[in-house]
Formats: sequence, structure tokens, C-alpha cells
Amino acid sequence: MNEEQSFPLIPVETLLSRVRELRDQGWRLVQIGAAAIGPAIEVTYSFDRENRLSNLRVSLPAEGQPRLPSIASVYACSFLYENEMHDLFGIQVDGMAVDFKGKFYHTTVPFPFAARKT
Amino acid sequence: MSATLPRTIIPFGPQHPVLPEPIHLELAVEDEKVVDVIPSVGFVHRGLERLVERKDYQEFVYVAERICGICSFIHGQTYCQAVEAIMKIEVPPRARYLRTIWGELSRLHSHLLWLGLLADSFGFESLFMHSWRIREKILDIIEATAGGRVIFGSCKIGGVRRDIGPDALRTMLRQLEEIERDMREIVDVFLNDGTVKQRLVGVGILSKQDAYSLGCVGPTSRASGVRQDMRQLGYAAFDEISVEPITRTEGDSHARCSVRCAELFQSVDIVRRAAAKIPDGEISVKVTGNPNGETIARTEQPRGEVAYYLKANGSKNLQRFRVRTPTFANLPALVKMLPGCTLADVPVVVLTIDPCISCTER
Repeated sequence: MNEEQSFPLIPVETLLSRVRELRDQGWRLVQIGAAAIGPAIEVTYSFDRENRLSNLRVSLPAEGQPRLPSIASVYACSFLYENEMHDLFGIQVDGMAVDFKGKFYHTTVPFPFAARKT
Repeated sequence: MSATLPRTIIPFGPQHPVLPEPIHLELAVEDEKVVDVIPSVGFVHRGLERLVERKDYQEFVYVAERICGICSFIHGQTYCQAVEAIMKIEVPPRARYLRTIWGELSRLHSHLLWLGLLADSFGFESLFMHSWRIREKILDIIEATAGGRVIFGSCKIGGVRRDIGPDALRTMLRQLEEIERDMREIVDVFLNDGTVKQRLVGVGILSKQDAYSLGCVGPTSRASGVRQDMRQLGYAAFDEISVEPITRTEGDSHARCSVRCAELFQSVDIVRRAAAKIPDGEISVKVTGNPNGETIARTEQPRGEVAYYLKANGSKNLQRFRVRTPTFANLPALVKMLPGCTLADVPVVVLTIDPCISCTER
């Protein structure tokens, strides 16, 4: 049995307001996850309410320094996911509640998930 | 005039006698009282998620199972469910029931392991040994039915690799009767013994509001009154075997212990109902082709909801595999539970979220 799912793409500028809207409607933050797909990094935010899943997705250019606003002002627990995205993908998240400054994951290779090597 | 106590920062872990795995807490204490905490992990991150780029998607079940040595079966099952959802594979009913049985046996051995560790954390060594003695009997059932004690290796995309015959099912149910009797004895001590209650009641309180807003899952959230159990999504055979979330309202360490104790008997009941209803038939279907698409699959592990994100482009290697483990979701709760506790309570409170760093460092 699989849940009905969609991954609607939204502009980064509207992320905070959309997330706040979901929080106000009682949605729980399930996860934030990034995926390096070709020239872009897709970041998916997943929420749950009464066992229903809802997703939001933003797309960032993989080149240069991808940036995102933190959603810590809405969901305080986001700091773990945001530090993870920074340490694995090199995404700069502005305004994290707790910034481990690149020491959340102790990896020998910096940003190991950022570039796709074959 | 009130005197201000000096604040001291105490590093707790990543190596600590009570912690079997590396987690670090930066504890700010005033005298013996914890006033602030910052949890961190990441000391042994394995980068397993990127292995999907090199492993065939069907072989990757073996890697998914090895994310964790305690909830290994449900990791493999969740991965399979995600691939099956993308490829629209219909798993035979008997396989769905077998997955349900093995999943609940996983929960039993995980909760019994946790109860032992909890007893060990407050120095009740005989209770620790009894918990693990009973767990050993569950491991014997798992070995007899799946072939492995920790890594089952029995789940595959499209179904399961091996069946449990009628004789083995009857033997398992007989053994569960004895295990249930044993569990009642230790649960009575965990929930009613005066010394145990002294260490757990009113310690590390997490309110319902905090549990929900911090994204907590599993027994950690249910002990605070959040009715949330992913088995209600109806995966495996849970569309035919109903599950009511077990909740408490106190939100303290005793409530988290109490939820897990009650879930032991709930799991035995689910195994019984599954064994009574399991249909005859095939245990797997042939899988051909490669997945193309993306999905998030969720199941209820012993520690709570796990979320698997998979993205595939039609080749034999997935593009992205991401796991959000229950421990990862429960770590922020420590920020609310620990302030106000004494330093001596820290190991107990940390253990009550049942941290699995092996999962988290996937």
C-alpha cells in the first residue's frame, strides 16, 4: 500500500511562507532531504498530518554556492537536517538555529554528496 | 539577593560507559542541574546512501538491511516497499503477512534489548540480564524462521525469500506463549518496582506539544500523548490487521518505558493474528526491468517512523537513496527533555529515546 504523493516545485522565495502555512495547519515536519540531480540540487521538505504526506520542493543550482533560508523560525528541529545538507551537499543554509559550522558530520571528503562522480 | 551559580560545560560522549554508540552532548550545568544541551552525531558517518550509485537496485536490499543491526528487517522491507511502489509491483498476500510477522519479531527483540539497556543504565543488572535472556528466545525464533539472528536476509523486492511453514508457525506460537509469560514478569518490575520508578517517574518530561512540533516519532512521541503509528498506513498486512497506537500522557521516562512494555504484548498479539489469517499462495513475484520515478516510503520501526526517499531514472542504479531514521527525528527532543534534570539522570533520559546511532550514521 503506497501513499499518494507529489513533489510540487516552488520558488525558494516562497519557501518560508509555504512552510509557515503548513505549520499553522498542524503539519509535522517529517524530513528535509537533498538530491544532486544533474546540474541542480533538489531539496524536498516532507510533512505529515494524520498520516497523510505532503511535500514541497525547491531546486538550487549545483554550481557555485547554493543557498537556502533556514526554516528554524517555523520548525526548530530543522537544524539537524539543515546542518546535514550543508555538510553533505555544501548548501549554505542562512539562519540555522544551531550551526555546527561544518562539523555535524566528520567526513574525510568535504561535501561528499555534492558532486556526482562516475 | 540571589546568588548566580557558575555555568560549566560538560562533554558527554561520544565515548561514555552507558552509550553503546557515539553520540555527543554538550551539557551546560549549574551545580548538578542541566540547564542547556546541544546534541551532535556524525562521528562515524558511513555514506551508505551513495552506494546506490554503484550497486544494482535489487542487490541494494542487502545494504539497506545492514544500515542497522537491530531493525535490519524493517530497513530492508521499507526499501523494498519503496522500489515496489515506484515499479507498481503487487506483492503476494502471503509475503505481506510474512513481512508483518518478521517486522513484529524485530520490534520484540529491539524493545527487549532496549529494556535491558535501560536497566543497565540505572544499575539494575539482574533486570538487564533477564531482559536479554528473553530477547534470546525471540532471536531463536528469528533464526529458525529466517535463517539469521540479526540480519534476516529474507525480504526481497517483490516479496520474501523464504516461507514459514505451518509446523514452524505452530512452534513459533507455542514459544511466544512462554515468552509472553516471561515478559509479564519483567514488565511488572519495570513499571511497578519502587527503585525503578524513582529513576523514571517525572524525569525527562516531554510535552505533547513539544513532541509534535519537534517532529518526534515512535514511542518517544506516543509516551507524550501523540497518536501516531505508521502501521496505520496499512503497509504489509496492516490493512487487514488493525493497530491502535499505544499512548501515555505523562511524557516522562516512565511513560516511554511503559509504551514500549505495552508494545511487547501488542506485537505478540499482531503475530498471533497474522499467523491465524495468513493466506496460502506464492511468496514472491518475478521482478523485471528497472525503476523509474520517485517516492517516499514510511514504516514503523521499533524506534518510530522511518522515511525512505528513492529516486530512479530507469537504469539499474538509483539516482538517490535517502533515509530519515527515527533516532534522527528524536534527537531534538533531548533539547527539551534534559534541561532541569540532574547530571545523574542524563544517561537514563538519553536512553529513553532509544538512540540508534548506527541507523543515524547510515
